Amino acid sequence: MNEPRSVSRPVSPRVALFATCLVDAMRPSVGFAALKLLRDAGCRVEVPQAQTCCGQPAFNSGDTAHAATLARHFIQTFEGYDYVVAPSGSCIGMTRVHYAEALADDPAWAERARRLGERSFELMSFLTDVMGYAPTDVRLDTSFTYHDSCSGLRELGVHDQPRALLGKVAGLTLKPLEGNDVCCGFGGTFCVKYAAISNAVVGEKAEAIERSGARLLLGGDLGCLMNMAGKLKRKGSSVRAFHAAEVLAGMGGGAAIGEEG
Amino acid sequence: MEEATLSFKARAERALADPTLKIAIDRTTGTAERKRAVAMNQFPQFEAARERGKRIKDHVIANLDHYLLEFERNAIASGAKVYWAATAEEASQIVVRLCKEAGARRVTRVKSMLGEEIGLPHALDEAGIERVETDLAEHIVQLGGDRPSHIVWPSMHRTREQVSEMFKRLHRAPHQEETIEAMVDSARRELRDKFLSADVAISGANFLLADTGATCTVTNEGNAELTTTPPRVHIVTAGIEKLVPSMGHAIAMLRLLVRSATGADVTQYTTFHCGPKQAGDRDGPEEFHIVLVDNGRSRMLREGMQEMLRCIRCGACMNHCVVFRQLGGHVYGGTYPGPMGAVLTPVFDGLEKSRDLPHACTMNGKCQEVCPVAIPLPTLLRGWRDRSWREGLEPTVVRFGLGIHTFVASHPRLYRLGTAIAVRVMRLFSRGGLVKGMPGLGAWTAYREFPAPAKRTFMEMVKDQENAR
Repeated sequence: MNEPRSVSRPVSPRVALFATCLVDAMRPSVGFAALKLLRDAGCRVEVPQAQTCCGQPAFNSGDTAHAATLARHFIQTFEGYDYVVAPSGSCIGMTRVHYAEALADDPAWAERARRLGERSFELMSFLTDVMGYAPTDVRLDTSFTYHDSCSGLRELGVHDQPRALLGKVAGLTLKPLEGNDVCCGFGGTFCVKYAAISNAVVGEKAEAIERSGARLLLGGDLGCLMNMAGKLKRKGSSVRAFHAAEVLAGMGGGAAIGEEG
Repeated sequence: MEEATLSFKARAERALADPTLKIAIDRTTGTAERKRAVAMNQFPQFEAARERGKRIKDHVIANLDHYLLEFERNAIASGAKVYWAATAEEASQIVVRLCKEAGARRVTRVKSMLGEEIGLPHALDEAGIERVETDLAEHIVQLGGDRPSHIVWPSMHRTREQVSEMFKRLHRAPHQEETIEAMVDSARRELRDKFLSADVAISGANFLLADTGATCTVTNEGNAELTTTPPRVHIVTAGIEKLVPSMGHAIAMLRLLVRSATGADVTQYTTFHCGPKQAGDRDGPEEFHIVLVDNGRSRMLREGMQEMLRCIRCGACMNHCVVFRQLGGHVYGGTYPGPMGAVLTPVFDGLEKSRDLPHACTMNGKCQEVCPVAIPLPTLLRGWRDRSWREGLEPTVVRFGLGIHTFVASHPRLYRLGTAIAVRVMRLFSRGGLVKGMPGLGAWTAYREFPAPAKRTFMEMVKDQENAR
């Protein structure tokens, strides 16, 4: 009979935090929340100063050559670490799934991309699946609803992890979101290239969020969150949006996305 | 202004401004989505069936020459005549010629998206042959003088209220009661004598069975049977990717097709046609013609798009597409709308004319998730974007912008400086947590607020902390 396999957890792994370009420029608090969570989970965390952009805007625009350039830069920056973790399913989807496509003409680099891809994780799934981490002593007395951003959900299988983590926050209750797995209409450059279509999509999303009756909107990707928070604000909604990492790190009492910080 | 002369974005904005269209789209796609979800819950073998379906199609596509010749041989043996058409034009001209040779004045047609693809309705009209669409939705499209907006429900863009008004205006003996049944009866009265008096029947095929030379058609209205039985001549048009090795394989594909399309286990009618009427047969056509259409399919095979040839035209991708559900089908400008249409239309119409289609997608992957033959639609759409880039079809401002972005993002110190400056500029336009009236953000701020950035970038703050240590 097979013994149940014991789950081996890495002991104080050396983790590089890839903040992502949006968190770097728009909402540093998500980066600091990620730092805190990774350290609490027992990681030795570094923030390589050479990090820039994963290349997804170029890749999705069809500019494969430039995407490959930025993929090589990313690989060089991060491959010396045990793991690379980002508070975004979209960026990790790019590095884990699409780098091999962007570098398809260059087998040596594609292989380096594949090897790094195996050690690249979205924050929520890394904390849960790799580190077996659960937050303790976090309290937030309110209700939230959760939007599953598409790349994290479909490319990386991130669904249960953020719910499990947020379930450990005392006082916080989940109100289900109708169409939680339906795209919010952000789509990177799509939201400005086809702004009218994007608006129609996020308009329906904002209505569903309001119907949930939750006071907070949480998610794991800042791009989608800025899109939904921006629409909710324009509608005059009182629903406040945070990255899930902020709430998990005990920063849910601060300014929400689009509020004066 | 004519639909075709407007740009994609102009067509999109017109559709977005039409609240009745949105009601019509939501009714159809919403129902389809709900019914499919129920069907999937009752079909735990879906993943296994999908894997098998994918393998069947991949096998046939990899051995297309073999199965095409086998099908032709067996179809001829059954008494059918087989024609090969390389292009849409050639295919529709073969059908028109066959109709003329049959002395046809009136033809009845069973809904076929391939027929739309090859421009058959137009070609028949041009040739002065009376064309009667027998599928209820196609009948509505014909009455309205427009084009199908969905591959399974061609008249999705019309609400039942609009259809009722149209029937009352155009039918000889229209319905009195405002019920679906009464409206269907009105269409039945309108169409029944035409069914019986047609000279030629034209249908498509959901599957072509290589080992018997038979064709398979599914409907829920029984119009395929009624259309193809009375006339003396039956013409089938089908894309060459419709081949399956045998009946068993067709059944395996049907299990996927029907659940994915309508959420039913089986269609009301599943019909197999094999050759013309034989001695002793009580009915059937005297002539049975099959037109096999390439129209870009072998090019797709050569150019790395063979996965798209797995498509069985169920419509699940469009029913679950956030963009399609805002726009409907006409905005796409081709025969096939939605994600599968955005992959196929550039094949038929050229990329230059349809460049917007692969771009007007958020790459959310839902279409691939629901596809019964697991076509990687987002990957294929990105493939078109890549090609568009290489062929120089992308706007100069985008090419220039991404060139600069890549240069800066390859030089971390320059990138740090750039983001630090960008954040400070955005702060100049920030009030109350939001960026207001900043040049260059108009496409975003026309519809939603743009959250203001923090005073300094994450990387600046991290560096300060590290220096202070």
